[in-house]
Amino acid sequence: MKKSVFYGAIAAAVVLGGAAGAATLDDVKARGNLNCGVSTGLVGFAAPDASGNWEGFDVAVCRAVAAAVLGDPQAVEFIPTTGKTRFTALASGEVDMLARNTTWTFSRDTDLKLDFIGVNYYDGQGFMVPKALGVTSAKDLDGATVCIQTGTTTELNLADFFRVNNISYEPVPIETNAEAQQQYLAEACDVYTTDASGLAATRAAFESPGDHVILPEIISKEPLGPVVRHGDNEWGDIVRWTLNALISAEELGITSANVGELAGGTNNPEINRMLGTEGTLGDMIGLDAEWAQRAIMAEGNYGEIFEKNIGENTPVGLARGLNAQYTDGGLIYSPPFR
Amino acid sequence: MSDASFVRSEMLSEQDPPPTSVGVIGWLRANLFSNWWNSILTVLCLAAIWYVLSGLLGWTLLSVWNAGSLNECREIMIASWGSTHGHACWGVINDRWLQLLFGFYPPELYYRPILAMLLLFAALAPVLFADKVSPRLLYVTAAYPFLMPWLMWGGSIWTPVGVAAGFVLAYLVGRKLGGTVPGLVLGIVSAIVWWMLWLGLPVQSEVFGSGVGEILVVGLGESLASISPDAAPFWLETVESRKFGGFMLSVLIGVVAIGCSLPLGILLALGRQSNMLIVKAICVGFIEFIRGVPLITLLFVASTLLNIFLPPGTNFDIILRVMIMVTLFAAAYMAEVIRGGLAGLPTGQYEGADSLGLNYWQAQRLIIMPQALKISIPGIVSTFIGIFKDTTLVSIIALLDPLGLSNSIRADTDWNGVYWELFAFIALMFFIACFGMSRYSMYLERKLKTEND
Repeated sequence: MKKSVFYGAIAAAVVLGGAAGAATLDDVKARGNLNCGVSTGLVGFAAPDASGNWEGFDVAVCRAVAAAVLGDPQAVEFIPTTGKTRFTALASGEVDMLARNTTWTFSRDTDLKLDFIGVNYYDGQGFMVPKALGVTSAKDLDGATVCIQTGTTTELNLADFFRVNNISYEPVPIETNAEAQQQYLAEACDVYTTDASGLAATRAAFESPGDHVILPEIISKEPLGPVVRHGDNEWGDIVRWTLNALISAEELGITSANVGELAGGTNNPEINRMLGTEGTLGDMIGLDAEWAQRAIMAEGNYGEIFEKNIGENTPVGLARGLNAQYTDGGLIYSPPFR
Repeated sequence: MSDASFVRSEMLSEQDPPPTSVGVIGWLRANLFSNWWNSILTVLCLAAIWYVLSGLLGWTLLSVWNAGSLNECREIMIASWGSTHGHACWGVINDRWLQLLFGFYPPELYYRPILAMLLLFAALAPVLFADKVSPRLLYVTAAYPFLMPWLMWGGSIWTPVGVAAGFVLAYLVGRKLGGTVPGLVLGIVSAIVWWMLWLGLPVQSEVFGSGVGEILVVGLGESLASISPDAAPFWLETVESRKFGGFMLSVLIGVVAIGCSLPLGILLALGRQSNMLIVKAICVGFIEFIRGVPLITLLFVASTLLNIFLPPGTNFDIILRVMIMVTLFAAAYMAEVIRGGLAGLPTGQYEGADSLGLNYWQAQRLIIMPQALKISIPGIVSTFIGIFKDTTLVSIIALLDPLGLSNSIRADTDWNGVYWELFAFIALMFFIACFGMSRYSMYLERKLKTEND
């Protein structure tokens, strides 16, 4: 009984919070900066540099939204959140949006009253093993000791995978990626499993990355995307279409370098509509005509953001893979600007 | 016959002690090699110390200071020593030490936390070393609680002035009415009324209409601040709590928790021993509840639950919330430590105070507390040190204390993979602070020692 009263109170408070925060756009404009929830630190995705400026793949999404809404990519207050505090921070209105490598799942979308506005990175759980082990497939890992972060979906995915393939493993529970790195290098476990992007970043930090291989099997779907509160659809539209603008920009060949030139008008009507020289798309989401120009100018289009933060020329060194444009065989696909 | 040769007729002259029992050798023989068993232990210990130090010193001293990334460090190590094993990469500290100390505090304003730190020592000196410094420094101590937040967060000077004036008002009203219970209550009430006037009433301005009403709503302090120019010394650039981080955050939370938990703890301990049923019940309930709940839980309440329960749009500073929670947590433990001190006093002390005709507060102030606190010093300081170290738990709720920052620094591709150097630096900073507190408590115990033994 008591418990239900407690949850009722939380639900009521959340509903109230949602109702009061219904006009997130107005709040953001009045405040003059965007409160963006990011990770406390994830290689390539969000990290502060020595002077405290945040950089990374997720951070770029925040900057694009700030540029679109407020005209200034620097008008972002980055609020670090942990895996445990991120959803409350969003639900309570402490942040306007989350760009924090959050997996889009059924229960988060429905039960937690959040709205995932799209996917900016398709991740999946993988395995890393020392080359010396001579393993080429995850199915050869029978009897292996596996370093695994406790209390995450990766733990459940791992159990599922080994059960389906009818092989056994011995888990070595660890708390953080930093600990995992140490345990794995100290050979406390044969295998380290986490999201493939995390594996790549971890391996890049090793002294001799070549001695370790990431196995080809990806055993789970981890679509990561920005999140907004349920119930403020106008704000959700803005964040969704800002991300879509970045994706479409790559598809249409608009880059941070040529966006100024293309904004003068082109022969491609979709580019013109997106950049505001034709039609009134900006009006429809409550912004001015140049919103997409500014979003693209902030950190570049999707491809540029990828290459700058996690692409093959960075230490993280991720290939586009699933995150290539659909025209290149990937899953990155934006609905048309029409 | 008379020359009894077996009787010595003259004294032997004094001789130096045997060389093996004086000086270095003598000391070694007496302390390290007094018998074969101790000799074995000594050799084993020396071997262990050598083993640890040889690795540690090599790692610490044969290290790289000037490098912009871990890979650069490794290249320099390979070039210098041919191997990356057993060498520290202090480049990360070189690159990020300011961030580890100050978090994201604006660099051009670093002088403010530094000044606050120096003033902290000035404010503590008359309390900690009462016999060595001028009692006039006590004015600094009294002003510090109002000065420190102003320095750290900035804003108008009228806010701390107004808050301080409230305390003065409460004191004056209380004294006017002669320290009686109604005087105490009236004093508190008048202070609260003053603060509401000064900081603004929590009502809509429509209630009063314009003019006077607006002043009432925004508060006298704010109105005064808007008259005075936005320039130093009346105005300091505001720094948001989100910019606080690093060791500065730990010290801030630690100092506030330590400073507030001692008086609160004393009150709670007295309340727990009180004869007044309700007071006693409240104190016991509070202490047992707080002690029964882990600090992490309280921090989660501060960071997430309060967010949900407070009215939407309320901007209740996260660091303030955390400081309140840590203070309450520390106060509950402090209360029990001090209750231990109170229990250590013989009943004769209480009876003696009564027989002198002292009232309750006089007896506490003059007889009971000086003795009880003296007994409790080791416990109090342990609690202080514990609380100071517990401040690192705030990294769990995404405040960037040194440990939280170490994670963020590792998330930079330059420094991904650096562990021990960061932890060593953080450990050193905490060790300096905790060791200082511990040495002070020993000094205080020696100074206050009155028993002959």
